[in-house]
Amino acid sequence: MPQFFPSHWGKAVPFEYLDHTADIGIRGIGKTVEEAFCAAARAVFNLMVDIDQVVPAQRIDVEVTASRLDLLLVEWLGGLISQGDISGIVPSQFAVKIVHQEDLLNLQGTGWGEPLDPKRHRIKLEVKGATYSGLRVSRLPEKWIAQCIVDI
Amino acid sequence: MDEQFTLEQVSSVEWALPRTGEMHVPGRIIADPGTIEQLKADIEEGKEWNALRQVRNVACLPGIVTAALALPDVHPGYGFPIGGVAAFGLDTGVVALGGIGFDINCGVRMLATPLSRDQLAGKSTKLADDLFRSVPAGLGSEGEFRLSIREIDQLLQAGARFAVERGYGTEEDLAYIEGNGQLAGADPATVSERAKQRQFRQVGTLGSGNHYVEVQVVEQVLDKPAAAAYGLWEDQIVISIHTGSRALGHQIGQDYLPIMEGASRRYNIPIRERELVCAPIESEEGKRYLSAVSCGANCAFANRQVIAHLVRGSFNHVLGLPDKQVHTVYEVGHNNAKIEGHTVAGRPQMLLVHRKGATRAFASGSDEVPTRYRPVGHPIFVGGTMGTASYVMRGTKIGMEKTFGSGIHGAGRGMSRKKAAKRFWGEDVKKALEKAGIIIRSHSMRGVAEEAPGAYKDVERVVNAATASGINRTVARLRPLIVIKG
Repeated sequence: MPQFFPSHWGKAVPFEYLDHTADIGIRGIGKTVEEAFCAAARAVFNLMVDIDQVVPAQRIDVEVTASRLDLLLVEWLGGLISQGDISGIVPSQFAVKIVHQEDLLNLQGTGWGEPLDPKRHRIKLEVKGATYSGLRVSRLPEKWIAQCIVDI
Repeated sequence: MDEQFTLEQVSSVEWALPRTGEMHVPGRIIADPGTIEQLKADIEEGKEWNALRQVRNVACLPGIVTAALALPDVHPGYGFPIGGVAAFGLDTGVVALGGIGFDINCGVRMLATPLSRDQLAGKSTKLADDLFRSVPAGLGSEGEFRLSIREIDQLLQAGARFAVERGYGTEEDLAYIEGNGQLAGADPATVSERAKQRQFRQVGTLGSGNHYVEVQVVEQVLDKPAAAAYGLWEDQIVISIHTGSRALGHQIGQDYLPIMEGASRRYNIPIRERELVCAPIESEEGKRYLSAVSCGANCAFANRQVIAHLVRGSFNHVLGLPDKQVHTVYEVGHNNAKIEGHTVAGRPQMLLVHRKGATRAFASGSDEVPTRYRPVGHPIFVGGTMGTASYVMRGTKIGMEKTFGSGIHGAGRGMSRKKAAKRFWGEDVKKALEKAGIIIRSHSMRGVAEEAPGAYKDVERVVNAATASGINRTVARLRPLIVIKG
């Protein structure tokens, strides 16, 4: 995994939540698509814990490919959630690099966090994965948004 | 919105969505008029998630028979409505991923105790604390099992029996689980390593969201012969366990989405919503997916079996009740697709019946109902909320004809999680419920706010519509006393 990712991206990027009857929608917003993907990841893990309480001490690396940006978002979030689940680490800061590889898009990303500790972290919900519902990655005049419904 | 949905009222609680365009069959919705108005309003407001459109889309799938059905707890799901039922001919039909969903074989186990409510007096708090300690719940919780990949494979094949063979429960439990707690055709090779790894620490964990363990009292028996057959009586303490296949089930869904999308394209089946992707039942993709679904279902059976054992342990510690006196009433799933025999237009045939947020509800006489319940049909469990009634109901002959022997599964959310978290404060909800005599134990106060009774629809409305249509009959009404949430 390349080491040149600006690890400070994670903190500043904004996110918001969207209404959905049974589950909940997340939307990451950024100046670039990569920033929006990082913000979307922050939105997901902030559903699980208050991410500002999470120390970015250990890393989870995710590499995924997809034919389109929106599909890449589902793969990225799904990869983080499942790796977090398996390792017990909840990440709070993220960095992403997206490159074209012939007809496909390749994403190399990292999440930094620490093992979940109910004594220090305010536990909220379990998020099992990202879905194709409400899926949208778009470039608006002044920003990128990356959104989907996540499965609770 | 240019979409037109003209519903024809068939009875006070039944509506037909006539066959138009590419629909192979009509839609049929059983619901109270208020729910129908809500579905229509969703169309008029141009809402992206829309159950009527999903009913129509399901009716367009190849090989569907009779109708695309929606039951009274209908609301929008992932490509396929929650409360949706659809049956397909085995030779011409498809298996649709959205018709099973991500929490494969999520369902409810009910346990019955010989205790009456007064025998819990003074011990409720201790019991709640003990249950909260012994049943792993919420984000990051871990079960007692630490399994190797080989053992996970065994679990995916053996289902509830895997747990029973390791001392979690008894053979008698298996006789009272739908399909004896084990679906055939579960080949662990059809499940990814990632899905299996996600299950490592999650065997026998409750999860979060709308899953729960509830200690309930039978408030009123509404059908004496059926209640007697199920061993239920007024004032009795019972326990309901609602959980599913956890992250493993979700991962199976995620892993098969691209495979089923590819299959939809290969077999020229239009994709009308991303999660409604499907494959012919007889295709290689369809067979592999159904095998993975059986693995996911078996995982859910094993989880509930382990939790049932842990619940018995708490009743033993706190009340001195021997495990063998806490019987399984029944266990039934509400996210699955199963091959079943049904009569369509007077002709018996084998069908693949999808039930998403709908339970199987077989009537009296069915071979798949435990012998003791055969005169009345098997019970189904309709979850209310932390603060309101739940119901035991049963299948009927009318239900066998109208809905392929299916039943409702719960109140259904009326308010989004986001809105509920804004409107309710977890601590306030907990205090209000405790004033009403209901003890809440949860790892997440945000979760309690999202699951507040006010965030759900009225369960009575759903139950009344099911009863009025004749598809299900009420057997008993339950009230929650202790609620354990993730």
